[in-house]
Amino acid sequence: MQSFGYKKAGSLDEAARTGADGIKFLGGGTTLIDLMKLEVERPKALVDITALPLAAIEKQKDGGVKIGATVRNSDLAHNDYIKKNYAVLSQALLAGASAQLRNKATTAGNLLQRTRCTYFRDPSRACNKRVPKSGCGAIGGHNRNLAILGTSNDCIATNPSDMNVAMMALGARVHVLGEKGERFINIDEFYLLPGNTPEKETVLQPGDLITAVSLPALPAGTVTSYLKLRDRASYEFALASSAVVASIQGGKLTRLRFAMGGIGTKPWRNPEAEKVLLNGGTIQDAVAFFLKDAKPQSENGFKVELAKRCLTHSLKNALKA
Amino acid sequence: MSEENSKVSRRSFLRHAGVAGAGVAALPLISNAQNAPPISESEKPYVPDGAQDVRLNINGKNYDLKIEPRVTLLDCLRENLNLTGTKKGCDHGQCGACTIHVNGKRVNSCLSLAIAHQGDAITTIEGLGTTQKPHPMQKAFMEHDAYQCGYCTSGQIMSATALLKEPCGKAAGDVREAMSGNICRCGAYKNILEAIQDVRGV
Repeated sequence: MQSFGYKKAGSLDEAARTGADGIKFLGGGTTLIDLMKLEVERPKALVDITALPLAAIEKQKDGGVKIGATVRNSDLAHNDYIKKNYAVLSQALLAGASAQLRNKATTAGNLLQRTRCTYFRDPSRACNKRVPKSGCGAIGGHNRNLAILGTSNDCIATNPSDMNVAMMALGARVHVLGEKGERFINIDEFYLLPGNTPEKETVLQPGDLITAVSLPALPAGTVTSYLKLRDRASYEFALASSAVVASIQGGKLTRLRFAMGGIGTKPWRNPEAEKVLLNGGTIQDAVAFFLKDAKPQSENGFKVELAKRCLTHSLKNALKA
Repeated sequence: MSEENSKVSRRSFLRHAGVAGAGVAALPLISNAQNAPPISESEKPYVPDGAQDVRLNINGKNYDLKIEPRVTLLDCLRENLNLTGTKKGCDHGQCGACTIHVNGKRVNSCLSLAIAHQGDAITTIEGLGTTQKPHPMQKAFMEHDAYQCGYCTSGQIMSATALLKEPCGKAAGDVREAMSGNICRCGAYKNILEAIQDVRGV
């Protein structure tokens, strides 16, 4: 690991002012320190934000919830209000990583979790995400775990997070403290497609500090669920996963959001596919629409069928169809 | 601090300034842009100049160390404090051999920076029990022969003792899931599970 400076931020204001290009905020460190050891990440300094008052889970007056940036994944997953009202989030968190990693990993850190693509993690290999314009070893290489949706000629890396898939289905809002003060980013606009700049994964600017994630109140009669398919039963990244948040009132589907993980370059949602069901269409049609642009690579063609079955199963369960 | 030390600091700072200066130099620019007061010296991220004073509380005892920010808690325990009961397996948070407790919760010490854990109560396998008076989990591991080579064992035991205080169902499957972050290459899982269920009274 390269040398770096370290500072434990004493206040939110201090953290926000010290944020800059080349400086990383340290939360749980489960992605960051791992990648620093591999010299994929080489920050000049770390600003530790774990002492800041960002570790609360606050129920909002409207029934929604505000989750602090440094709330640990395990605390969030086991929180009673989350388990009761946002079961999909608790399930997604518990489907990810291990108990000891979940005790470290934070909410904001998970939002920014980096891909597990082996070419990204190995500095001796070509990777446009790690070193812009250096090429992509994964295209035509080992890509079994990589994306079938949202890929470009420069990058096919998958977003590895389970939590992000649930956040996408729940319609989360990311609270950011930046140069011009506080702003809110809808999770639908938070992640970027790789295009020809795969090194840029989110709309965050250098120095931006995520302070919280908030979830909207869900109407009565909302069913949520997370399904994760992987090579082994535990402690493995998703090959395909799906999060569904469906509201049924008076026997009628009134609100629906769903997203998939393990198959996209970002947590994947397609509002048009949701409209198919909201307009009275079939699950089969909605799933087909969701996956219509799937572009398999040399080793991951199986993901098209796996994703189809994963989403179909989740939607059938949620809609009791 | 002695005068000599402070001289070394300044020299080292100059030597490193070319490398580290870029990140720090950017800070005042951002402050100006938002009309915030300038960053004071004490607020600036530390620029590496070798070791820093770090106080850690491990197994109820305070240790004063001089270590670099990049030293992980795992390396600090093993290399600086000779507490070698905590093992280094993958060093990337994948195997669980380095599991310790921070404020009563199990974490991977390989992905933790020692400097970030000042003020925390750290417990390692050495703090769990003694040869004369082992922790019930240590005793159960011995009674159930829950190891072969023993390399993953301290991590397994640290995870297993933390699990006792976590929300975990009674079924064997619940324990397997809760213990999935600890890999045993010898495959002693069956006996590890029995040892844990024995202590839980299941």
